[in-house]
Amino acid sequence: MTELAVDPILVLLSVSPTGELATSAAELLGAAGRIGTPVAVIIAGHGHGPDAATAAGARGAQRVLLAETPDGDSVLTSQLVDGLVAAYERVNPSAVLISHSIEGRDVAGRFAVRTQNALAVDAVGVDRDDEGIIIHHSVYGGAYDVDSAVTFGTPVVTIREGGVEDRTAAANPTIESLEYVGTGRKAATIVSFTPEQARPSRPALRGANRVVAGGRGVGSAEDFALVEQLADVLGAAVGASRVAVDSGYVPHSYQVGQTGVSVAPQLYIALGISGAIQHRAGMQTAKTIVAINKDPEALIFEIADFGVVGDLFTVVPQLVSALTAKKE
Amino acid sequence: MKIIVLVKEVPDTYAERRLNLETGLADRDANDRVLDEIGERAVEVAISYAESHPDTEVIVLTLGPQTVPATLRKALAMGATSGFHVLDDALLGADLMLTAETLAKAVERIGFDLIIAGDTSTDGNAGVIPAMIAEHLGIAHATTLNSLEISDTDIGGEREASGGTITLTASLPAIVSITERLPDARFPSFKGIMAAKKKTIVTVDLANLGIDADADVPRSIVIAVSARPARSAGIKIVDDGNAGQQLADYLIQNRLV
Repeated sequence: MTELAVDPILVLLSVSPTGELATSAAELLGAAGRIGTPVAVIIAGHGHGPDAATAAGARGAQRVLLAETPDGDSVLTSQLVDGLVAAYERVNPSAVLISHSIEGRDVAGRFAVRTQNALAVDAVGVDRDDEGIIIHHSVYGGAYDVDSAVTFGTPVVTIREGGVEDRTAAANPTIESLEYVGTGRKAATIVSFTPEQARPSRPALRGANRVVAGGRGVGSAEDFALVEQLADVLGAAVGASRVAVDSGYVPHSYQVGQTGVSVAPQLYIALGISGAIQHRAGMQTAKTIVAINKDPEALIFEIADFGVVGDLFTVVPQLVSALTAKKE
Repeated sequence: MKIIVLVKEVPDTYAERRLNLETGLADRDANDRVLDEIGERAVEVAISYAESHPDTEVIVLTLGPQTVPATLRKALAMGATSGFHVLDDALLGADLMLTAETLAKAVERIGFDLIIAGDTSTDGNAGVIPAMIAEHLGIAHATTLNSLEISDTDIGGEREASGGTITLTASLPAIVSITERLPDARFPSFKGIMAAKKKTIVTVDLANLGIDADADVPRSIVIAVSARPARSAGIKIVDDGNAGQQLADYLIQNRLV
């Protein structure tokens, strides 16, 4: 067991342009702690490094390799890959874990090719047995559990956002400066960054603990306010079916399902959603599913732990006032 | 301009998809085989550019089994110029590294100014292949774009980033991937379907591309597969005027609020 404790697991943590450590940090370090010693790599914007390193320690990093990009750096992905390669060479890890985010996927793809290691993606967990590291996947919308491994070398693994419940206890990390020479490979240039206008008080859909989603039965963009009202009482994220998105009730980023966001929250409340197979593929691994639909034959009832056949415009307001009363 | 579009044959998501529990591979007989919808959108981007730029050639590239030409014809019927199919038994169950290496060799063989792909496939959900190809070829990638502008010398577009949106540009040659925000694919016209029958699909194997699938390199392999038990329905009530209250009680009792 002592050998287990020293196995370094390299974890790439993402830092936003404003210096915030991505929420995926906790699950990445949690997964790493399960199979070895979490070693974080942080490549932050100029001036943001120390705070990000402290935040990584609070989420369980035992060691942090830290670099800051030059002020005004605007090259897509390159710094992250070059820095991660340098950290990989220094640490010689048993595995490399990266978020399955847009940025993380780009880094993982380039990193695997550059270091010629096998790549396993969209993992919902990692474990270890006598023969090495086992990577857990949930495929076809959660219909199957698949385990993978690499034949040899260092597995490069992307971890699904919100897919891992493991957490590692806070640590007091050693912080080392990571120096590397940029390879200057051809890359896209970031011309500008526009911060989003979203209400910061509401949790992001991806990785949310609770989700309230609306579908065709909501009927209009105006009436979607009811979905949002319930979400806010529950502190939940807001989602939608493809029909609701295609009908223009809400922006595309709300879409839950096969081609939208996949969620696995503790609680998923489906309002006026029929439960088409592509929608179920994005939410059926939720711990508890609640559905309200006026059609008693709606497919969503087949997988709902609690189903209400009724008009959501009478049931939801009653639910909201009952929950509000309980809070007060 | 020479544009390669990466497309993929996938099990249709309009029915339950199955994995073979012995091999971990997709059960190909369980579903209709279709072009992945996001790949069709990528084809649409390329052919709408070609319509306004007559000197454009659009090649659809895929690797997959012998059923692929039938699905590839749909892209040709939409208006792509020709198809390129990498067919080899050794690709059955290919991992991401072998897939990326194969596609990189194929695009090198075809030659290109721009490669367009969908952001993620509905079956693999990986979304890493474009960056892997870019690394193999030493070109820029711009992935998961919600908008795309193509000029003679570069591409530009927007994508989501943590806390906002970034605008990107890259010089050609480059590889991009697009999201569902781009326009729907057109339906092939009758004329297009007839024309597609005469279009060429080049088929090559791995040896032809100089790839050894059995090379002694690390591979990702499936070691276990199990079907998750189907969810069963729980309590179902019909609203008698009190369902909102009952639901609130259920959530509170189960510590869900």
